[in-house]
Amino acid sequence: MPDQPSSGEHNLDPGTEGMTRRSFLRTSAVFGTGLAALAAGLSPLLDIENFPSLQEFMQKYYKELTPEEMKKVLERIEREVEKQYGIRPHVRDLKPLDGVEFVYCLNLTRCIGCRKCVHACVAENNQSRNPEIQYIRVLQMENGSFDTEKAVHDYNPEKVPEKGHFYMPVQCQQCKNPPCVKVCPVHATWQEPDGITVIDYNWCIGCRYCEAACPYWARRFNFTKPEIPKDRLNPEMDYLSNRPRSQGVMEKCHFCLQRTRAGRYPACVEVCPTGTRKFGNILDPNSEVSYILKNKRVFLQLKEELGTSPRFFYYFDV
Amino acid sequence: MTTAIRNYCVFLVRCARVAFVGDWRYYAWMGALTVFCLLGLNAYCRQFAHGLVTTGMSDQVSWGVYIANFTFLVGVAAAAVMMVIPVYIYDNEELHDLVIFGELLAVAAIFMCLAFVTVDLGRPDRFWHLIPGIGQLNFPASMLSWDVIVLNGYLLLNVHICGYLLYSRYQGKKPAKWFYIPFVFIAILWAVSIHTVTAFLYVGLGGRPFWNQAIIGPRFLASAFTAGPALIILALQVIRHVTKYRITDKALLTLRAIVQVSMIINVFLLLCEVFTEFYAGGLHIASSKYLYLGLHGYHKLVPWIWTAVTFNLTAMVLLVLPVSRSLKWLNLTCVLCITGIWIEKGMGLVIPGFIPTPLGQIVEYFPTLNETLVCFGIWAFGLLCYTIFLRMAVPILQGELSKSNERGELPGTVLH
Repeated sequence: MPDQPSSGEHNLDPGTEGMTRRSFLRTSAVFGTGLAALAAGLSPLLDIENFPSLQEFMQKYYKELTPEEMKKVLERIEREVEKQYGIRPHVRDLKPLDGVEFVYCLNLTRCIGCRKCVHACVAENNQSRNPEIQYIRVLQMENGSFDTEKAVHDYNPEKVPEKGHFYMPVQCQQCKNPPCVKVCPVHATWQEPDGITVIDYNWCIGCRYCEAACPYWARRFNFTKPEIPKDRLNPEMDYLSNRPRSQGVMEKCHFCLQRTRAGRYPACVEVCPTGTRKFGNILDPNSEVSYILKNKRVFLQLKEELGTSPRFFYYFDV
Repeated sequence: MTTAIRNYCVFLVRCARVAFVGDWRYYAWMGALTVFCLLGLNAYCRQFAHGLVTTGMSDQVSWGVYIANFTFLVGVAAAAVMMVIPVYIYDNEELHDLVIFGELLAVAAIFMCLAFVTVDLGRPDRFWHLIPGIGQLNFPASMLSWDVIVLNGYLLLNVHICGYLLYSRYQGKKPAKWFYIPFVFIAILWAVSIHTVTAFLYVGLGGRPFWNQAIIGPRFLASAFTAGPALIILALQVIRHVTKYRITDKALLTLRAIVQVSMIINVFLLLCEVFTEFYAGGLHIASSKYLYLGLHGYHKLVPWIWTAVTFNLTAMVLLVLPVSRSLKWLNLTCVLCITGIWIEKGMGLVIPGFIPTPLGQIVEYFPTLNETLVCFGIWAFGLLCYTIFLRMAVPILQGELSKSNERGELPGTVLH
């Protein structure tokens, strides 16, 4: 538009006519208005607080980082967390242990629905408090029915358990055949040799296809910048697990790998007051989970018919 | 060689100039579209800064109106093939010169598709992770990686075919068959593939019974071949109205026949789906129940889907009756088809897949104003692109913009 003469019908070619003062003013006015409109359109970008640094933008895929590069990345993350939260964290990159495959067993007879696991998980894993992100969802189920459509998600009585109900906590089932890993277009989520499905928060593009694919509703998305109070930050962090996430990426339960790969129990297991939650190495014949799977008469995997083969087993005391 | 490049550059510059010339209606239309583009850009910048919290989406309903529009537009893009098949396989004369308008529509539709997926990303700055070689494209396991490949491939194919045919016409040369006919046939198969792959995005999810059905793929094709040609019928009439380009009624009626058959198949497949879901019953029908009847007191989508069903059925009746041979009625029918399918295949397909969640929770979805503005912006951008393409293509096809008049008059008077 700018270099066109005022009346298109009569002028043959804009190049043949010298620019008059009037057309110059007109062109500048049109051009100026356009630029102003564009600037106004782009103005919300000024709200962005921390643009990703060039190193962060260019960072390589987790599996391609050399140990030295990883060291630098971890140091950078420590600096970034310190800048934002005022606490110097300890960020590690713990590798899976040889001869270990983690399995979770949950005793439905014992769970009383107190949600202590939910809170312990949030505290341990630096989940956003606003908006709230939680990896564990406890369902209040009607006695005699396994239909989750009848489950209550937001039950809130004075005292649990309530009569006529049982409680079923659901979190990432760490499937052997995980649909979320298959659908990820960029390999940002994968299954580790110890059975934990992890996410590289620096590689995820935020398409949420994994969230649509998960049959257990175990994945969460950071719809905005997560908020964690400074005094609540857990400084013991791992690259693939509980370091603070950024806006626009997925996260999920990772069996507290910052703890479990260092020989500790997940936070939810440790906090459970009823002994509902059991966790261990299925490759070790003397582990508690091996005992449960060998000796308990009834155990089940959620939505077994989908062929996802969860490493998360529900059992009853019968 | 240098002359060839110079000639091509002159061609591009002249085309670009033409895009800025027109009568007051052209300026008004383009101005209005630009305003909507800027509003959309502004809304998107807000989303980019604050995150997808500016949309109505949640962890429960994690895809919304962006992916809905994306799905619909892939269909529109694929439908260009419905004009190509009669021309190149059955040698239909009436449609011959019109194919290019269909293919240009496909290009504009793919632009919109790519924009809709991009705005749906949480981290668009990391798009390069998708690029094979420097990124980590999960091919062939992820259907989304297939979609990235087929959509971009289809874009390249159509840009090549349109660009080559138009440039040949501009030069006054007969296009070399070997340089475009093979691509036309590849594009025909490719068009089917883009829509099938998009259907498989949904169908491949075992945890979502509403999508995990073989009929989704065929229904996608049937509905695409209804809505796409319907859109082309309307576009051709606009072209006929505002330019001197001759488009025969017979050509429009050939397209009507395509819309007619596709709509009948589409309604039939819908019937098959509804029967299978509701007759057998069981727990898996919760999503369908939510869509058509409402579930446990939640029924935001019910009026939407019944609007779509009514539109589609009315359109089918009109298409079967001879009354739709009159252009006035045909236009109404096309509008009904497009709206009906946009609802049915957009929100009507995407949202119920998430309701209830795999854990039985019901959280409803409704797009926010910001999200809606982004959608309007992308549609305006697509229409802007399509208008510019047509503004360049029409004078070339009519010989008003050609190499022979390189030194002469700008075809500013094509519009009347």
